[in-house]
Amino acid sequence: MHPSHTILFPLLGAVWLGCRTGMSRKGAGRFALVWALLSLLLACGSPGEEWLLPWMPDAGMNLSFRVDGLSRLFLVLTGFVVSFAIAASLRDERAGRGHHALVLVMQSALFGVFTARHFIPWFLCWEMTLIPSYLLIRLWGGAGAPKAALRFFIMTLGGSAFLLVGFLALQLSAGTMDFSELGKLAADKQLTAALAKTFAASGLSGHTLLSIIALAVFLGFAVKLPVVPFHAWLPAAYAEAPAPVTMLLTGLLSKMAVYGLLVIFLPVFSEVLPALAPLLGWLAAATVLLGALAALAQTDLKRILAYSSVNHLGYCALAIAAAAAMQGDRSALAAALSGTVLQAFNHGVIASTLFFGIGILESRGKGRRGLGDFGGLRARTPVFCGFFGLAVFASLGLPGLSGFIGEFLIFAGVFALTPAMAVVSILGLLLTAVFLLRMMRKVFWGPLKPSLADWPDLTGFERLLFGLATAMIAIPGLFPQVLLRFANPAIIELLDLLRPTP
Amino acid sequence: MAEALTPHLSALLWWVPLLPLMAGGIIAFLPDARGRIASKLAIGALFVSCLLAIGALVCVLVPGTTHVPSALTWFTFGDVALKVGLLLDPLSAGMAAMVTFVALWIFIYSHGYMHDEKRFGRFFGFLSLFCGAMLLLVLSNSLLLLFMAWELVGLASYLLIGFHFEKPSAAAAAQKAFITTRVGDMAFFLGMIWLHGHSGTLLFYDGGNGLLESGALKSLAGVTTFGGLTVSAAASLLLLAGAMGKSGQVPLHTWLPDAMEGPTPVSALIHAATMVAAGVFLVARAHPIFSLGGDTGIALTATAWIGAITALYAALVALAQYDIKRILAYSTVSQLGFMMVALGTGGVAAAMFHLIAHAFFKALLFLSAGSVIHGCHGEQDIRKMGGLRKAMPKTFLAYAVGMMALAGFPFVFSGFWSKEAILHSAEVWPGGKGPFLMAAAAALLTAFYMTRQALLVFFGIPREPGAHHPHESPAVMIAPLCVLAAGAVLLSIIGTPLWPWFEKWLHGERAEFHSGAFGGHGAMGLLLLSVVIVTAGVGLSWMIYRKISGDSGTPDPLSGKLGGFWRFLENAMGFDAFYGKFVIAPLAFFAGGIDALEKLVFVPLMGLAECVLKLCGAITLSTDERVINGGFDGASTGLRQRADSTSRSQTGRPQGYLRAIGPGVALLLALYFWLSQQS
Repeated sequence: MHPSHTILFPLLGAVWLGCRTGMSRKGAGRFALVWALLSLLLACGSPGEEWLLPWMPDAGMNLSFRVDGLSRLFLVLTGFVVSFAIAASLRDERAGRGHHALVLVMQSALFGVFTARHFIPWFLCWEMTLIPSYLLIRLWGGAGAPKAALRFFIMTLGGSAFLLVGFLALQLSAGTMDFSELGKLAADKQLTAALAKTFAASGLSGHTLLSIIALAVFLGFAVKLPVVPFHAWLPAAYAEAPAPVTMLLTGLLSKMAVYGLLVIFLPVFSEVLPALAPLLGWLAAATVLLGALAALAQTDLKRILAYSSVNHLGYCALAIAAAAAMQGDRSALAAALSGTVLQAFNHGVIASTLFFGIGILESRGKGRRGLGDFGGLRARTPVFCGFFGLAVFASLGLPGLSGFIGEFLIFAGVFALTPAMAVVSILGLLLTAVFLLRMMRKVFWGPLKPSLADWPDLTGFERLLFGLATAMIAIPGLFPQVLLRFANPAIIELLDLLRPTP
Repeated sequence: MAEALTPHLSALLWWVPLLPLMAGGIIAFLPDARGRIASKLAIGALFVSCLLAIGALVCVLVPGTTHVPSALTWFTFGDVALKVGLLLDPLSAGMAAMVTFVALWIFIYSHGYMHDEKRFGRFFGFLSLFCGAMLLLVLSNSLLLLFMAWELVGLASYLLIGFHFEKPSAAAAAQKAFITTRVGDMAFFLGMIWLHGHSGTLLFYDGGNGLLESGALKSLAGVTTFGGLTVSAAASLLLLAGAMGKSGQVPLHTWLPDAMEGPTPVSALIHAATMVAAGVFLVARAHPIFSLGGDTGIALTATAWIGAITALYAALVALAQYDIKRILAYSTVSQLGFMMVALGTGGVAAAMFHLIAHAFFKALLFLSAGSVIHGCHGEQDIRKMGGLRKAMPKTFLAYAVGMMALAGFPFVFSGFWSKEAILHSAEVWPGGKGPFLMAAAAALLTAFYMTRQALLVFFGIPREPGAHHPHESPAVMIAPLCVLAAGAVLLSIIGTPLWPWFEKWLHGERAEFHSGAFGGHGAMGLLLLSVVIVTAGVGLSWMIYRKISGDSGTPDPLSGKLGGFWRFLENAMGFDAFYGKFVIAPLAFFAGGIDALEKLVFVPLMGLAECVLKLCGAITLSTDERVINGGFDGASTGLRQRADSTSRSQTGRPQGYLRAIGPGVALLLALYFWLSQQS
């Protein structure tokens, strides 16, 4: 079986759903869930290899794809979160055929983003994720959804424009948009020279030109991740989207940016990154702190977790910025890069589990999701409280659960590379505990609110979902090697590119 | 036997923490109705674990066995392997044996104490989780593993303080405990990654390459960082901050008195005997790093002074408390301060001896207090007790032993010898007499407030006779009291200057009888001073509280004499109010400010960017044709898509169009991939 079939498989399901007009809501849900699970299986089993699609052979344009260990991790994450989100949306009376078809379209596009090694197909898929996510927020979201969805759409599209322009400039000067080729050129310090030659008319040095392009490309990623100050679209979008869609947004869309920064941004712009690193680092530290502080001020559960996501992904940005400084020893860099991968994967699982829990609260509470709307639920729903609490503690980095290892490696790397930023950002780790435990106390602890006295605990299906998610949280926490064994070869490759062993 | 066991030790040692952890894991899946099975499982697992720990202790009893480290690769990142492992040495084996032994009796006691609890099984699950994590902490051969266990005991502490989560005060106390200790934990975390960055390892002992072995120590002491500090000093101070959070040292102590919201066995096990001593253990474990700067280096000096301040502060505050558990909590804070003084002045053995002795007699005191509370139907205010000696004779005896051990009653109680060792260590410290004098004053106050508590609870006449009918506790609660009381007395055998077995053993040496131990320079004088201090404390208290009035409403005799200072002490010197005003309120204000920044700056800025982008969209649409004709092959797809979708988003009904585009593009893509593979 050709690996490209993995990418197309979810799309096939979407088309099928689109054609079967007579399908019931339940039938569509079951079909989509089975289809997403099959896609997950394919993602796990697809052979790891590279392949080329001749696109314009005469112009030397071949579209390359690759499934390596790193992309495999993200493929598995995609398969997991998509299946989880579809399963979570089954109880939603409004989510039918169209909803599930859009989710599957998104899965295909995400599969493409995590495998493409050439800008054209990569960018096509990157943009393709936007359409289903826009529609999912817009059509299935809450009262403020149309505005939030439009903002989300336009902001990320704006960021992408910079990405496109940046890579076009690279194509014009270096003659390729293949990430591996660009990375090799950068490692040989030829990109600046090529740029200086092509844009000689501008009078700018190659270094300046490449810096401008790097910033433009970073902007594209920064909106998606998000990095302060390009984050303002996020809280509204996360809060207005229905919970299963928020699971996709936080679990997957933000990971495209982490993946892009890691495998595209770092290798391609390695020539100019040291000069940009301080700026990126302080932006990342600001993201960490702003996310944590803003979460502290929120009273809407979804907004608390939305800012918490900003905070957690800030650590990824921090590690990327520290790696961009291009100094320090190889093991510190290895720690920062491995930490980024783990943090991205684990945050995807943990955050989607948390939003799944919030979705349960929201649906049983008839749309209420304020911090003060609940109280003492642990007495009524001990199982729910246990599962949710576990995800909360994973999120605040309790050792033994998956959140810890990523943060440990990121901080170990960042501290060795750029100590000041690590010291500032560590405040974020402290504040995370404050707002997450406050949430636990207000929602689950304390005296039971009389209006919640008849709440049922989790259903069997919800227990199953939470149980699987918990396994995905606990196993990598105890045995990080299950993830790292996939990531390590790609990380060593990246290390060799950024910091060749003497 | 010891020799036969040694080869299997490293494998067997893992079972010591694993058994309770596994019991905790299994209990998590048991329904509440199966509480009796849970308690049996927890006690059984801990019993086996205790036997193993004692076996491990026997293996290192032979003087000369120093460190038996193990290390295995936990994970590899990039091409770097990260190793963790367990360590068997006198320090870890002694701690593990103490923890399992004390915990086992507290488990048995809980079986009686928590009898009517609805979530009985859950309680034992959390206790098992705690014990497993605590054992992992003391047996760890890696700073990372130690940190992980450190956080896990924090989780167990959080869950158990908030065991009665319906009570808002318990919920608040649990949260406060976790967050306050996390302040210290973050410093610990920073110190740990700093050490990792410098030495490339987090293993304590690793055949010469470990953190606590000469190679790494030399490199740590050799590098200077900001402020002229060596890396070892800076990292030590960070580790110390972590220890301060966990061990309730001023100013991070405020959570510990509040933690008394937890059930009494929890206070005995976690917030008196074991977890709160983890900070002391950490400093003792990392002592080679702390002492790199010399006896009066900044790290040790800071440890000594913080310990001394804490010991004196908490002893003063304990004078003016009325809650039987809160008095004991402040006393714990104070005693942990004593241990820090010992560590700071170089007396690691004295600190560890006091730690182990304290675990016994403080657990004993808490369990006796629990028996009192149990007997008085939940009453905790000592002003409302009195005369319980007659109603609860066995509890009284146990309590008296614990109280005298804590007060440092001369010669037959372990607390006397361990405190004497600490005072000795502080007295001969070349860094100044301050810590010694403060510790001596704290020792006096300890004898004073413990006598006050004993007099108010057990002597005199019942001050609220109608309120409750005190009764003695069942045997399942009394038996642990007897065992712990015996421990509090018998432990003194191994720590007297006559036969300083413990100290020598910790250093891997053989102990011999020192018949002339008291004849040495100053040693006899210090011994006499200790006796005088205790006598004075007990005597003064006896004079003041002997004839306390029979009315529970009468103010404390001291409160009139001390006036405003009494109220200052009653409020624990205002730390909570201070933090409320200068940490929590500013943080909330700052968070609100950030939120306002979001609403007033970032969101409007985004609105602006949105307008600009819409404008761009309109312009691109009009230039679209030209761009295509210009022949930007790659650009056209993206640009057109962008222009199209942006402009459509302005029509107001984008969803209809987009719903058509999605599958359309998808279909085209699919066709394209298909065709290109055919060729």
